[in-house]
Amino acid sequence: MKFVNPIKRGYLALEEWFNISFGPEWNPLYHLGTLTFFFFWVVLVSGIYLFIFFDTSLSGAYNSVEYLTHEQWYLGGVMRSLHRYASDAAVATIILHMFREFALDRYRGFRWFSWVTGVPTLWFVITLGITGYWLVWDELGLYVAVLSSQLMDALPIVSGSMASNFLEGQLTDRFFTLMGFLHLLGQPVLLIFALWIHVKRLAHVEISAPRGLAIGSFIALLTLSFIWPAVSHAPADLHKVPAVLNLDWFYLNIYPVLDYLTAGQTWALTMGVTALLMIMPWLPPKKTGAAAEVHLDECNGCGQCAVDCPFDAISVQARTDGARWEYEVAVDDNLCAACGICVGSCHSSNPFRSSKKVLETGIDMPQFPIDEVRNQTKTALNALQGETRIIVFGCDHAFDVEELKKPNVAVLNFLCTGMMPPTLVEYALKNGADGVFITGCRKGDCYYRYGNIWMDKRFNEGRKPVLRERVDRSRITVFRAAVTDGKEIRKEITKFTNRVANMQKGETASNIKEVENA
Amino acid sequence: MPSPKRLILQILNYTVFMGLVWYFSFSPPYVRLAPDESMITLALSHAGKPVQECRKNTQEEMAKLAPNMRVLEDCPRERSPVRIEVLMDDESVIDKTVDPPGLYKDQGVDIYHSVKVPTGDHRIVIRMNDSVLVDGPTHQYQQAVSLEPAQLLVIQFNGGQNQFILR
Repeated sequence: MKFVNPIKRGYLALEEWFNISFGPEWNPLYHLGTLTFFFFWVVLVSGIYLFIFFDTSLSGAYNSVEYLTHEQWYLGGVMRSLHRYASDAAVATIILHMFREFALDRYRGFRWFSWVTGVPTLWFVITLGITGYWLVWDELGLYVAVLSSQLMDALPIVSGSMASNFLEGQLTDRFFTLMGFLHLLGQPVLLIFALWIHVKRLAHVEISAPRGLAIGSFIALLTLSFIWPAVSHAPADLHKVPAVLNLDWFYLNIYPVLDYLTAGQTWALTMGVTALLMIMPWLPPKKTGAAAEVHLDECNGCGQCAVDCPFDAISVQARTDGARWEYEVAVDDNLCAACGICVGSCHSSNPFRSSKKVLETGIDMPQFPIDEVRNQTKTALNALQGETRIIVFGCDHAFDVEELKKPNVAVLNFLCTGMMPPTLVEYALKNGADGVFITGCRKGDCYYRYGNIWMDKRFNEGRKPVLRERVDRSRITVFRAAVTDGKEIRKEITKFTNRVANMQKGETASNIKEVENA
Repeated sequence: MPSPKRLILQILNYTVFMGLVWYFSFSPPYVRLAPDESMITLALSHAGKPVQECRKNTQEEMAKLAPNMRVLEDCPRERSPVRIEVLMDDESVIDKTVDPPGLYKDQGVDIYHSVKVPTGDHRIVIRMNDSVLVDGPTHQYQQAVSLEPAQLLVIQFNGGQNQFILR
């Protein structure tokens, strides 16, 4: 039995709870990235509204926010609360997103780029929130301004004392306007750029949360905004030190540290944590398998593998071998995640092809070539015993199908179920299997992002290469199971075996009837 | 539309999530100063004196220099570190020595430092040395203050008047 560390086990249990509550389509843990984008949209729209009424001057800022909060509570106040709570929710989903990738070991190997670029993105979000609190210009805003300046003063790039600007008689509207510009334009542009880099190595990037989840989240935010509207502290007073602060711990957690450490030490701590987070993908490193290889003899340049590749590692280019086809595909080894989804996309990955002794396909995985897939399937089918013979196709990142092996149950693991050509299912049914049981990562949670989605679409929605209509669907079942779902998958495979056995009995009875009739 | 069971579970999950978002958006409160505390902030922007006195160039030395570089006095660029000590009721609350920044240590010193202090009546003594050529303080100032809870007392140095200001 595969060892599952307690963090992963706990996380998968939480994920299962959300599957029960929301279903896989709306499970928020499967959509943490898009949910964060959704919260950003709420922040953007509410922020634009707030800006219309916001006075970017020292004397007017606080009063304009107070006006929105109290005089225009039904709209301005709600917008302010939405702005704050959506910002907080975004940090919560980002942290959950990071924790998820860590718990499921999806931050190392080929995923290092997304992880490393994600860390500074979080800091950009945090600094955006900090300047937002600054603009309210209440006691909290003053506290944030003074301590942020002390942090800036500790950097060798800043000459003079920025913190001294917040002494009586020093502060001007111009400095305040600069902060407004940073919060409203400079930082958001930087954040968008950082997000673009963060998803640069991914194909089919989704930035829209499922509608149901977005609606539910918005209703929840709106309800919270009406029940507990966001309010300000007392106005900033340069003669007083705010004694008790209702800190927003999502954004302002670093400031209390300055009461215990110097600004330099606080920077060292922050930079240390950042550096640690950024080198995590190599602690220890994770080896990605060999990259996919293109076999031009079998490739007609249809480009389906390039369309299906979840990591943008395959491109279509002009033919280089003089063959009659116009295009061919090329693999970028640095981007390839070695998932094998491209093998499942290639129409040449057809085990029925027997013109050659060795089965070759247009794009193949050196560590598990399609010929080996066919040979192992054939061997497994030949070894099956019993009345009802089942073959289970699984993947390396979900429940370990080796545990399901029995005299009448053969198993085969793919790098990803997206690697499995639909014709292999037909091949198995024609070569000794009475039923094909397919498992793999939980629905909506493919380790390689799109493996199980493409497989489902090839089976049911006509995505190429399709599972042919004539294949008896009643002999095929798909049950997704994570590494911890042993109990459920065993129950399901027993159910499936019984169903196929009943079908066989029915067939035998009908055959006898036919013989009698004849 | 989700089933009634799912709807109830979703409402429960949203409530827990938004409850956490709401709580940590302002709680737990951070107590920066106790009710009997106030704060002293030293905000100093001051250039130390040159580390050596200026020296008059001799005629021979002047002749060796290019015409456009000839000056009567040769003054060192490097400035002295600034040491400042703030005592409250004879107890040191701030004691900092800051070297002048810059490649040639020729720039002014900026100090911004805050300390929490008890409220009430106190005698503040400030001593500063800004010259390596002088032993002991070059500037000294004292003043009685009465600090209220959460009050901010700022200590600055006015270079023009060559004296400390407390406000």
